[in-house]
Amino acid sequence: MYATRARQARPEPFAVHPGIAERLGLPYMDGPLAFSAVALAIFSVFALAQTTQHDVPGSPYYFVDRQAIYAGLGIVGMYLLTRIDYSRFRELRVGIYTFLCVSISLVFVFGFAARGSRRSFELPFFSFQPSELGKLLLVLALAGFVIDGARSGSDWQRTVRYLCLGLAPAALVFLQPDLGTALVFGAITLAVMYVGGVRWTHFAAIGAAFVAITAIVLVAAPAVGTPILKGYQAERLTSFLNPSADPGDAGYQQNQAKIAIGSGEKTGRGDRATQTRLDFVPERHTDFIFAVIGERYGFTGAALVLSLYALLIWRALRIVTLSKNSYGTLVAGGIAGMLLFQVFVNVGMNLGIMPITGIPLPLMSYGGSSVLATFLAIGVLQSIHMQARLSQKGRFAW
Amino acid sequence: MYLRSDERGPAMTNRLALRIAIFGGVAVVLFAVLFFRLWLLQVIDGETYLAEAKNNRTRSYRVIAPRGKILDRNGKVLVSNRTSLALQVNPRKLPLDPAERRAELSRLADLTHNSLRHLRRTMHEKLKLAPAAPVTLRRDVGHYLIYYLQENQDRFPGVEVQPVFVRAYPDGTLAAHILGNVGEISPEELKEPRFHGLQPGDEIGQDGVEDTYDHYLRGRPGLTRVQVDALGEPTPNGRLVAKPPAPGDSLKLSIDSDVQAAGEAAMAEKGLLGGFITMDVHTGEILGLGSYPTFEPALFTRPLTQKQVDETYRNPLAPLADRAIAGLYPTGSTFKLITAIAALESGNLQLSEVIEDPGVLEVGGQEFKNAGEAANGSVDLVQALEVSSDVFFYTLGLRMWDTGDLQHWAHALGIGRPTGIDLPLEDQTLLPSRHWRNQLYKEGGTDRPWSAGDNVQLATGQGDLQTNPLQMAIAYAALANGGTVVTPHVGLQIDDAAGRVLKEFAPKPRRHIQIDPEYRAAILEGLHDAAQNAGGTSVDVFGSFPIPVAGKTGTAQRTGHADQSWYGVLAPYPNPRIVTFVTMEEGGFGAEAAAPAAKKILEAYFAGRLAKEASSEGGEG
Repeated sequence: MYATRARQARPEPFAVHPGIAERLGLPYMDGPLAFSAVALAIFSVFALAQTTQHDVPGSPYYFVDRQAIYAGLGIVGMYLLTRIDYSRFRELRVGIYTFLCVSISLVFVFGFAARGSRRSFELPFFSFQPSELGKLLLVLALAGFVIDGARSGSDWQRTVRYLCLGLAPAALVFLQPDLGTALVFGAITLAVMYVGGVRWTHFAAIGAAFVAITAIVLVAAPAVGTPILKGYQAERLTSFLNPSADPGDAGYQQNQAKIAIGSGEKTGRGDRATQTRLDFVPERHTDFIFAVIGERYGFTGAALVLSLYALLIWRALRIVTLSKNSYGTLVAGGIAGMLLFQVFVNVGMNLGIMPITGIPLPLMSYGGSSVLATFLAIGVLQSIHMQARLSQKGRFAW
Repeated sequence: MYLRSDERGPAMTNRLALRIAIFGGVAVVLFAVLFFRLWLLQVIDGETYLAEAKNNRTRSYRVIAPRGKILDRNGKVLVSNRTSLALQVNPRKLPLDPAERRAELSRLADLTHNSLRHLRRTMHEKLKLAPAAPVTLRRDVGHYLIYYLQENQDRFPGVEVQPVFVRAYPDGTLAAHILGNVGEISPEELKEPRFHGLQPGDEIGQDGVEDTYDHYLRGRPGLTRVQVDALGEPTPNGRLVAKPPAPGDSLKLSIDSDVQAAGEAAMAEKGLLGGFITMDVHTGEILGLGSYPTFEPALFTRPLTQKQVDETYRNPLAPLADRAIAGLYPTGSTFKLITAIAALESGNLQLSEVIEDPGVLEVGGQEFKNAGEAANGSVDLVQALEVSSDVFFYTLGLRMWDTGDLQHWAHALGIGRPTGIDLPLEDQTLLPSRHWRNQLYKEGGTDRPWSAGDNVQLATGQGDLQTNPLQMAIAYAALANGGTVVTPHVGLQIDDAAGRVLKEFAPKPRRHIQIDPEYRAAILEGLHDAAQNAGGTSVDVFGSFPIPVAGKTGTAQRTGHADQSWYGVLAPYPNPRIVTFVTMEEGGFGAEAAAPAAKKILEAYFAGRLAKEASSEGGEG
């Protein structure tokens, strides 16, 4: 970053009469990345319009209107972030981290309880879920800490420090209780540590500890009578292993989602879709929106959506390699990991190969906080891309 | 470590490149898994799943959530729920043959003491709202009927008994006007945004706090999904999902049950139409608020009989009307406090000024006399308030008749404008003014424009003034607390089912006005003398009351009615915590009917303190 400042002294080849696109910074943005994100958001609004007409009596476009507004706000936010040098977030890492933990904690005090869990604040226009934005904040802060601590302490000390920093907010979210988001926080932590160069042996140790803890939580603790997960959480986590045999809630959801997707066949059932239209699949506008796509548009539509996600994640990974500094590399890696984890777990849950954890599908699941936060994350990716391009051209953003 | 913060790309180390390559590889594998699985489900096994989807026979039933409780400020339960057995008809399971269907419905009508026509009409109306949903015919069915239906199930296909939640009122009529009731949502209400997500047949708050805080009290219904066979009958062990209903949050009111009960008892004792309110002067928290006659809120938990409909809706005494917040009355001399503030603050009266009261004041050829034709001689403001000299305030009214000062200050104190109270049905009150009367005259609504006489009447709370105990209490509270016009409210906080506080209500004051502390002290002194100094207007009632108070009587003349009795009191003097206002239609002088009722309310509020003083006196004696 200081090196680029030094270069600034050189004559500016582009600055004489910049065109409108140049002024907007368009040539420095990653086009395919923006395209895939916006296309997915449009797909989401489209799918909601066709399935949720009867969900809210009297206002057939209740979800559609809101989702469109969130997406619009998200796109604006994405653009604004694009024009900010993400490197500033590194200096703010302590503030960001504090804000992250405090905002999640405040939910316990002022939060609005939905479905037995307290995750969001009720604001005048919508309820804000801090843990969604928290995903991005965690990436920004943790990447800063990793860079910051790169030269202090032994390798083991660093690994433990990163783990603690990442898992503290994850634990707070877990207590809300929101298992899905807690897992995303965990995935982000691991992704940032991975790109940050934590040793393979340490990951092996973390993996072993994870297996041991899972065994204790799911098997040993209930056996001795002190269950850690709530009943429905454990049920959801394990029922995907054998959904048809499970008469309860979780297995039912998974079975119905699978039937919905399967029944879409190659080209989809269109308006004859029953699974996702007639309430067989629960939460079809949020966690199971992929099932809606699968049933209505068949393999064609579902594969198209998956391809858009593949494009999104490919571009994210590409930005990891382009970044002009290590902070950008880590941030992009964290965001790529977050997106990959969410897409895989959510789509996998729809397809019956992952447990039901309540992780939203980025950009597609209905929900203002999630859509907004994902767009902002993509805005950060764009910022990294832009800074890299500008520094290649010998120009500095602002 | 290969990462260095000051190192800039594209000089990426090999190890980092390797890691990112592996990252990409993992992503490729994960996406390959998803694509393969998608292919498997949709292309290879698609037909199987399509068949399953077509054969999908599950039915969902909503499980109604119990509404939240309503508590008083000390946690005493005012409204809770009880379960009741409801008789329902499931139209899907009625016999298809019209003759059989008719025969069954007529048997059912006999059992429920209804006519067949009435029953069919009820079903038709409900089914229009919610096609194919079970129709509730009656709640609170007796056990004998249930046993009978169970023994004769084959003769009553489609008739079911379901437990439902019904509001229960442990204290009968206590706080009926504040609480309101619940009822089925109407088709119009279903379209309102605040009721989004509700379905026909759901119950919502229809009045009182049940309405204003419905959002919190309502709860969220659960869902039971039942697997059914081809005939629509539940299969054995076919209960699939139970999303438990989320009970509504409970609402804590600022009402103090003891104060409320004392007020209602005092009103009932007199048996006169009217209302009362007791409010914290600093916060606007309402401790008691009631209206007479009252009603049984439990009435609305069952279908009303014709007699009950007549008694509640067509009763000329209008028991449902809340006279404390929706009454439209002149206030009599209780208004003098406002006149005094207006005259002092606008410079139309000096604190020490003495006005001669010969018992009558002539304005524009019309004579305005003191009540009881008394002549009070030379009086200053404090004395005028003590003895309630009308001529003194007539004079002030005359001085301000074309300045608008009286209206300005009355308006600032909240007379004739919405108070922002958290109860529905606040009626349109009226503060007569020059502009209003002249406008009305121009439109032909009255025979003459604004004149001095109108303002002279307003100065003593007579004439066209139409307000209610709530607005007067707010004005008195503003004087007592030094100029804060509070927002009155009964809702205090929302607790969730586990008892955690979700929300606290402390609405911001409507506005602040400047009242000179000297003026405030003088007016309070006048009111104190009126209540507890020999010669005061209500000294017969409050003279021996152990707690110093400041109170004002009012005797309002209403055309076509006997005089209306008013009393407003601030206690304790000189730094009041609460204001109490009572009015009784046709109750005569303020000191006759309203003041004794206000005293009973204060006794209930100060019960603890009074008992302590009594015991200590007893100990000394």
